[in-house]
Amino acid sequence: MSEASESPLRLSWRRFMADRFAVAAAGVVILFVLTALFAPWISPQDPNDSDLLRRLQPPVWMEGGEWAYALGCDALGRDLLSRIIHGTRISIFIGAAVVLIATGLGIVTGLLSGYLGGWVDSVISRVVDILLAFPYLLFAIGLMAMMGPGLQNIIIALAYKEWVIPCRLVRGETLALRSVEYVEAARAVGASPRYIMLREILPNILSPVIVVSTIRMAHVIILEASLSFLGIGVQPPTASWGSLVADGRSFIWDAWWISTFSGFAILILVLAINVASQGLRDAFDPRLQ
Amino acid sequence: MNPAKLLERLLQLIPVMLGVSAIVFIMMLVTPGDPVDIMLGEQQATPEQRQALRKDMGLDLLAPQRFVHFLQNAAVGNFGISYFHRRPVIEVIMERLPATIELTLAALVIGLVIAVPLGVLAAVRKNTWMDRLATVGSLLGISMPGFWFGLLLMMLFGVWMQWLPISGRSDLASQVPVVTHFLTVDALLALNFTVFRSAMGHLAMPALTLGLPMAAVLMRVTRGSMLEVLQQDYVTFAQAKGLTRQRVLFSHALKNALIPTVTMAALEVGSLLGGSMIVETVFGWPGLGRVVVESIFTRNYPLIQAAILLYALTYVLVNFLADLLYTQLNPRVRL
Repeated sequence: MSEASESPLRLSWRRFMADRFAVAAAGVVILFVLTALFAPWISPQDPNDSDLLRRLQPPVWMEGGEWAYALGCDALGRDLLSRIIHGTRISIFIGAAVVLIATGLGIVTGLLSGYLGGWVDSVISRVVDILLAFPYLLFAIGLMAMMGPGLQNIIIALAYKEWVIPCRLVRGETLALRSVEYVEAARAVGASPRYIMLREILPNILSPVIVVSTIRMAHVIILEASLSFLGIGVQPPTASWGSLVADGRSFIWDAWWISTFSGFAILILVLAINVASQGLRDAFDPRLQ
Repeated sequence: MNPAKLLERLLQLIPVMLGVSAIVFIMMLVTPGDPVDIMLGEQQATPEQRQALRKDMGLDLLAPQRFVHFLQNAAVGNFGISYFHRRPVIEVIMERLPATIELTLAALVIGLVIAVPLGVLAAVRKNTWMDRLATVGSLLGISMPGFWFGLLLMMLFGVWMQWLPISGRSDLASQVPVVTHFLTVDALLALNFTVFRSAMGHLAMPALTLGLPMAAVLMRVTRGSMLEVLQQDYVTFAQAKGLTRQRVLFSHALKNALIPTVTMAALEVGSLLGGSMIVETVFGWPGLGRVVVESIFTRNYPLIQAAILLYALTYVLVNFLADLLYTQLNPRVRL
């Protein structure tokens, strides 16, 4: 089949599949998602089960290590591998939740702002400008200080600012599409603004929105880990990668594995998401390469 | 840019700054917990004393009135009393700020020094192993959580090799007279190289932790803009004139390719300010960021409020300057 007769979606899909690095990275991301979903079944131990006899037990390849506790134990004798596996849930859940909420909100506000213009655009754009003035982490820290720690509050704190990014993107793309022929045509035959925004414009701007949301998910995961590292994110005993790294901080002299392996998990997941989303971007729009 | 345009742009900053102040004010307004309770801590107080304190702090007024007070006070640097330090917030901030600025500037220098040569090299040697290595490096840089990278450096250079001190600023600070409040500069001014070495040793790891992720971002930008510039007619023309490759690269291409890099560096100041809170916490660096993080646990809200406002306003100003710089460097952009 020639490229011209293929649908754009199929073409993008074929381009993505041809990018071996991106496919491998997407595979890694899927592996992490599966780990998150099946955490209770695949973790070798109960992540909160402490055993002081195993306090700071080293990983299996070091003296004193054993297979049942492959990556060693933390200061309370809890199995590090099981805690990292359970931490995957927090990272993926918060990353996905924040990006979904923000993208939904960003699409709605961006479409309204870009298509309707006028005072709606002025109000939304001012709010966006003001929110952009805050450094992200600082804003999240301020909100967490105010709301107190906890899973739900992290999602709220991050989504508060995150929606600005899809909003600006959608607004820009909508402005560009507002006067193209097929939108003019729809308007001429009397289609409602709602119909035009959702049926004519939205489907045509989805690919950059998807690309940007996957990239943003990587950022959100790092932000959540940073909040939990500072102790104002997910609260103990729940294992989150950021708090695991923080737990290991006091033991860098004699138990390097706690911080090292927990942080490594963040690096691998974030790296995989970044590589996969670059592949996605190239597949959707080869001109950007 | 003519003065009228400049003034117009400056005036546009006012609503943003007001909005920022309003958000910071509202954040603290809806924070649960009575400020009077937090202020009093363990101390016992009669209802009359509490009422007096309440009045003193302006808590008896309506929210809009309190906002006006907040703005008036903020304009003259009065952010109230730091509950924890029992001193004016502004004093605590001014005491801690130089350490944060020193760290941020050092990180900015590290970012640029690494990013610019590597970005140029990656562009000139596009699609070679060098380009790929630089690309992989920058991907790692943007995917690395800062707090973890800091801990890795600490374990490598502090614990394992024992080359660098793992925390704090320097215990020799009192040996040199305070001039600029930047310990590295003050030590140089006093020609005291023992203190300078100690100060640089303490600064090295935190600055690297903060600077490397930024280098990753700036390198990508430099590479991209350099690639674009190298395709321009005037570069081809310069080559056709028979100028040496170095000459074309450095005096023709690089000058223009750096415009987006400089702009991006200014925009990255926001993430440096945020990142400094993490890095200062990891390395026990006695800057503003660490006090803010500590203040969350002591519920020292006036300090958090002041710091957020200060950081956000700095960020707005830096972005504004970056815009100005961009138009100055690139005459094709007309605002």
